Amino acid sequence: MTNQTPLVEMKNMSISFGGIRAVDDVSVDLQPGEVVGLLGHNGAGKSTLIKMLSGAYQGDAGEIYVNGERVEIHNPRDARKYNIETIYQTLALADNLDAASNLFLGRELVTATGTLDDDAMEAETRKIMGRLNPNFQKFSSPVSALSGGQRQSVAIARAVYFNAKILIMDEPTAALGPHETQMVAELIKQLKAEGIGIFLIDHDVHAVMELCDRASVMKNGKLVGTVNIPDVTDDDLLSMIILGKKPGEKAPAEE
Amino acid sequence: MQNSEQSFIQKLGIDTRLLGMIGALVVLWIIFGVFTDGRFLSPRNFFNVSVQTASVAVMATGMVFVIVTRNIDLSVGSMLGFIGMTVAALQVQVLPDILGLGHWSIWIIAALAAIAMGAVLGAFQGWVIGYLTVPAFIVTLGGFLVYRGAMWWVTKGQTQAPLDTTFRLLGGGAEGTLGETLSWIFGAVAALIAVAMMLLSRKRKSDHGFVVKPVWAEGILMATAAGLIIAFVWIMNSYPIAKGAMKRIAAAKDIELTEGLVWYHGVAIPVVILLAVTVVMTIIAQRTRFGRYVYATGGNPEAAELSGINTRMLTVKVFALMGALTGIAAIIASARLNAVDVGLGTLDELRVIAAAVIGGTALAGGFGTIYGAVIGALIMQTLQSGMASVGVDAPLQNIVVGLVLVFAVWVDIVYRRRTGQ
Ligand SMILES: Nc1ncnc2c1ncn2[C@@H]1O[C@H](COP(=O)(O)OP(=O)(O)O)[C@@H](O)[C@H]1O
Ligand SMILES: [Mg+2]
Repeated sequence: MTNQTPLVEMKNMSISFGGIRAVDDVSVDLQPGEVVGLLGHNGAGKSTLIKMLSGAYQGDAGEIYVNGERVEIHNPRDARKYNIETIYQTLALADNLDAASNLFLGRELVTATGTLDDDAMEAETRKIMGRLNPNFQKFSSPVSALSGGQRQSVAIARAVYFNAKILIMDEPTAALGPHETQMVAELIKQLKAEGIGIFLIDHDVHAVMELCDRASVMKNGKLVGTVNIPDVTDDDLLSMIILGKKPGEKAPAEE
Repeated sequence: MQNSEQSFIQKLGIDTRLLGMIGALVVLWIIFGVFTDGRFLSPRNFFNVSVQTASVAVMATGMVFVIVTRNIDLSVGSMLGFIGMTVAALQVQVLPDILGLGHWSIWIIAALAAIAMGAVLGAFQGWVIGYLTVPAFIVTLGGFLVYRGAMWWVTKGQTQAPLDTTFRLLGGGAEGTLGETLSWIFGAVAALIAVAMMLLSRKRKSDHGFVVKPVWAEGILMATAAGLIIAFVWIMNSYPIAKGAMKRIAAAKDIELTEGLVWYHGVAIPVVILLAVTVVMTIIAQRTRFGRYVYATGGNPEAAELSGINTRMLTVKVFALMGALTGIAAIIASARLNAVDVGLGTLDELRVIAAAVIGGTALAGGFGTIYGAVIGALIMQTLQSGMASVGVDAPLQNIVVGLVLVFAVWVDIVYRRRTGQ
């Protein structure tokens, strides 16, 4: 592909839980303004791989580079420092708190005296939700009172609000209806146009074909391969997912 | 009818749980009032109940954070005893030898020592829980036994008395109050602050263009808050000081007692301490990052971690705060009795947990308010004092308190299910 310095490079990442190698020597990378899909069956290791980038897990082996520089990501605060934002598959919302408290969790707005500025946080939340999900009204309820789609939009808003340069989206449309899914697709295109790099984990091969520039496929913790989307068909991707082999007739996308 | 009442309450914007607890309290007061021919509703009794509630209520505010973060602290009663005994020995045996008996700084040193000791013991327990990941139930069960034993070692089981005269004021009693004039000033300032805070919050909300409560609703709330504070002060200022105590005070202050002169108690110092603790803890819970993280961690520990919150350190801080509050409670409890024996604080951990839980703190974590825990403590103390003044004997008192605890939690569970929390 291009010779530009990648925004993110994860090299030879591995992590085990007990005896299970959840991620085994996997390398992926991401350019600015690029959307890279991560595909694979349930349990393939996709979430675990990106959690090493978001700081939720620390890998047993491997190196992470941001803008060509080696970085150590020990916890989620480190990841946020490098403008890496994550929408987790589980959404990672505190159900007992309202939308604004969740959106600003760990990065609260404070007044001059150092106390929480809940009103300012709610005002900001209203602004961003007005852009992402104009129907959203339940600003003072705990997020446990929200529908699946509304909860998802809170999690998306949290990742988008803080000027991410690197965005990780782990099945962001899992709880959404067709209309909301389309809105997320539009959002991804818009963020891409702003030069943000996105890792998109999605079960829907058609969505990946539509939105992604490249796709990396995983199986049983190992990387099957990375392909350029324009060079492959839906069926090629499916066979990579199912058989764990790169389509023989297609030229490998990289290396 | 049902609907219009609900919408009235909704417009006022007060939580129905708070109304329920206040309702329960009023019902208890009326029942005990009837059974004691009104004695239970006398200023004297309100004064005593307020003083007796203070120690447990102070600890209950800390227990809210402990339980909200899905932990428990079974050690607070023993810790209170250990701290109480240590600072009593400090006042009786150590400091008088160094500084001289009755030195002005003794009470300050003793009080600071009590708070610091609680914070250190609590922080250590929190470290074992957060970093060594031993369950809080076990760690504090261990603490429960260790502190009770350690308390005995401090003085080989000897009761420590009498305490420093200034220190004793922190426990209430005839001398340990604000007195009439100061009580009125205290009440007026408190009422003004309450009204000012409501006005400020309203202004902030409307500055951001949010919907605010109707003016009449805000007015009713302000009048209620200010009225309750003033009414409380008025009741405390209606409880005359006994002749004997008046002579003592007059002698100490070099005032001549004239015939027909009556002094009134006013608000007890432990109650002032409790109110200060309640305000500070409420601010911590609602207005600080630390408080926000306490609730977030209780609601979803994993989400809190992923948001960059150091939940282990948070556990240390929560238990350190619980310990410091136990230190304050130890000051109040020992000062009130003017003596510390090896039984001080026995069963307090259960009273504290019960107060927090009756006040709406969910053992599953994530929910609980400071004011709820304080009202919970008040309900517990009202029940106990009420039954005592009606003449219910001790074993039956325990049975009733036990049943009420279970009943209150059941009501809370039903309430949560209804409101979908
Ligand atoms: N915290 C953990 N402890 C133990 N095993 C885990 C943990 N996280 C993930 N795994 C295991 O790692 C493997 C990969 O899981 P995951 O990354 O969630 O897959 P995917 O997101 O591709 O569906 C699974 O076998 C899963 O059970
Ligand atoms: Mg996953």
